[in-house]
Amino acid sequence: MASITIRGVKKNYAKTQVVHGVDLDFASGEFVVILGPSGCGKSTLLRMIAGLEEISDGTIAIDGTVVNKLEPRERGCAMVFQNYALYPHMSVAQNIGYSLKVAGVPPAERAQRVQAVARVLELEHLLDRKPMALSGGQRQRVAMGRAMIREPKVFLFDEPLSNLDAKLRVQMRSEIRKLHRRLNATSVFVTHDQVEAMTLADRLVVMNGGRVEQVGTPAEVYSRPASRFVATFVGAPAMNMLEGTVTLDGLSLLGGNRKLNVSRTGLPVGAKVAAGIRPEAVRMVAPGAPGALAATVDLIEELGAGRVIYVDLDGAPFSIVTSETVHPEPGSTIGLQFAETDLHFFSSKTGARLDVFKASVPEPAL
Amino acid sequence: MVERTPILNFFTHLILFAGFVFCVAPFVIVAIAASHNLKDVNDVPMSLLPGSDFWVNIKTAWVTADLGPKLLNSFIMAFGVAAGKVIVSALTAFSIVYFRYPGRTLIFWLIFITLMLPLEVRIVPTYAVVANVLEPYQTIMDLTGLSWLIEKISGVRVQLSLGLLNSYSGLILPLVATATGTFLYRQFFLTVPDELTEAARMDGAGALRFFVDILLPLSRNNMGALGTIMFLWAWNQYLWPLLITTDQSHAMAVTELKQLIPNVGGAPEWHIAMAGTLIVMLPPLIVVLLMQRWFVRGLIATEK
Repeated sequence: MASITIRGVKKNYAKTQVVHGVDLDFASGEFVVILGPSGCGKSTLLRMIAGLEEISDGTIAIDGTVVNKLEPRERGCAMVFQNYALYPHMSVAQNIGYSLKVAGVPPAERAQRVQAVARVLELEHLLDRKPMALSGGQRQRVAMGRAMIREPKVFLFDEPLSNLDAKLRVQMRSEIRKLHRRLNATSVFVTHDQVEAMTLADRLVVMNGGRVEQVGTPAEVYSRPASRFVATFVGAPAMNMLEGTVTLDGLSLLGGNRKLNVSRTGLPVGAKVAAGIRPEAVRMVAPGAPGALAATVDLIEELGAGRVIYVDLDGAPFSIVTSETVHPEPGSTIGLQFAETDLHFFSSKTGARLDVFKASVPEPAL
Repeated sequence: MVERTPILNFFTHLILFAGFVFCVAPFVIVAIAASHNLKDVNDVPMSLLPGSDFWVNIKTAWVTADLGPKLLNSFIMAFGVAAGKVIVSALTAFSIVYFRYPGRTLIFWLIFITLMLPLEVRIVPTYAVVANVLEPYQTIMDLTGLSWLIEKISGVRVQLSLGLLNSYSGLILPLVATATGTFLYRQFFLTVPDELTEAARMDGAGALRFFVDILLPLSRNNMGALGTIMFLWAWNQYLWPLLITTDQSHAMAVTELKQLIPNVGGAPEWHIAMAGTLIVMLPPLIVVLLMQRWFVRGLIATEK
C-alpha cells in the first residue's frame, strides 16, 4: 500500500507537449480510474508513474519518495498491459514467476507463491500451458497474476479490458474490483470506457488534451461535471447541450427561437452559456404542455428496458432516455419537460461549469 | 487467390517435377559415375546404369585425399563460423534495435557496408590482417610516431605481431564478421512487441537478462535458420581456406577435393573424384535434413 503524489508533471516528445502539468494525489489503497478519450495523455501519465516513460518536468512520489530517477523495478509498481504482454515461450507458471526468478527467489518458494496466486485467480489447472493455448480472459488473468505475485505497492492497469469481448469485460471488471478489495493495494486504472470507469473507480480522474478536467467520485463527476467536456464525455447517451443567452427571466435558446424559463440563474443578462440536461432527466409530455419545448422525433433506439428517443430541436440534436412504453412516430411532434434544478450551465467561452443551483443539487449518498 | 482445378493441379505438379529433376539429375549422375570403374566411367556416353564399384571408389577417395582429418577440419570451421555468426549477429542486432546511443547510426551503416564488401572483395587486406592481426595498430603507432617515441625512451623497438595463418581462428574469424545475420535478427527484433520489453522491465529484468531470457528463446527459429545457412556457406568456402592454409593439417575437405581431380597426363579417374564429391556433400546434407524444420520457420514465419 502506498500513496502517490503527482506534482506539476509534464511530458514532452521532442517539441510537442502531451501532458501539461498534472497535480494529483492518490490515497493509499484507493482505486483510481483515469478516464479520457484517446490521445488525452492518460496512458502517458500512467507510464510515467510506472517508470517506462521519462518525466519531462515535475515530480512523482510514491509513499513520499520521489521516484523520477528510479528504474521501474525500484518503484514497487506492477503493471497490467493492454495486450497482456505475456512471454510467449514461457508457461503460465513461468510467466507469473518470472519477476521472482529475476529477483533471485529460490525455486521452491517461487513455486509456492505461484501456486498461491494461481489459486486466487483460478489458474491452477493452466499452469503448464503456454499463453498461445489460453483464451483472452485467461491471458488477462495470467497478466494479473504476474502483477500480483510481486505484492506491489501500486497496481497499474493500462486499458487491460479493451481486448476482451463485452461479456468477459463485465466479468473481469467485477473480478478486478474483488481482487482490489482483497489486496487493497493502491490501483491506477486507465481507460477510455466510461462504464468501466464509473463501475470500478473509488475516484475518477477525467483527462482531456493533457490536462485534468475533474477529480471526484463517479457520482460527483456524473452529477456535477466540472466542465462541458466532462459533461458530454461521462454518461451515455451524452448530455444534451443547448447554446443560449441569459435573459431576465431565463434563457433565450437557439438564436432566440426558443425560450426557457429559469428562475434565479444568478448569471449576468446577456452572458453566453451552454445549458446541459441529461437525457435521463427529460420527460416526454404533450407538445402543448405549459413550459414544454416542442421537438420533432427523429429516431427511436429500443434498449429493452427503455428507449432512447432522438429528437430535433430546431436543428439542434437532443436525446431523451425514457422507460415509459411510448412509441412516438418518427416525424411526430412531442413536448420536452425537465426540472430546472437538473440543468447544468457552462460558460460558452471557457466550457467551465457555472454554479447557479449550488444549494439545490442533492449529493447522492455514497 | 488459391485455385484448385484438376488441370491446374496437374500443371503445377508437372512444373514441380521438372524442377525436381533439374535439381536432382546432377547428383544422380555423380552417384552413378561414382559407382563405375575406370573403363566404364570414361565410356562415351557413360552408362547411366550404376556400376558395382561404389564402395571401392568411396574407400579409394577417402584414403587418397585423406578425407578423415579434412572433414573434421571443415566441420570445425563450418561449426565455428555458424556459431560465431549466430552469437555475434544476435548481439549486434540487439544493440542496434534496443539501445539509443551516440554514433548508433554510424555503427549501423558500418555494419551495413560489410554487406557490400564480401570477403572476396577485400581479400588482400584481410589476408594482411590475418597474417598479423596487430599490423593495423603497428601502422597507427608508426604513423603517429608513437613507436619512435617508445624506442627513444626505452630503447626497445616495438614490433607487434600475432599471426593467424594456418589456424582455426584465422579461418573462422574473417568469415564471422559480416552483416547478413545482423539484419535477419534486426528484422525479427523489430517485430517483437514493445510491451514485451516493458513487461520485462516491470518484472525487474535488466537489458542482458531480457536478451537472454526473452529475446534469445524467441529467436530460436532465426538462430536455426541462420546457423544452417552459415554452416553450408562456410562448408563450401573455397578461396579463403585455400589462401590461408598452406599447412596440410588445416586443409579443408572442399579444397582438398582438387587432389582427386585427374591431372593432365594422369589417369582419368573421374569415378574417384565423384566418390570424393559425394562424401564431401554428405555432412551439409545431413545438417539441412536435421535443421529443415527450423530453417523454414525461421525464414518465412514470424510467430505471433
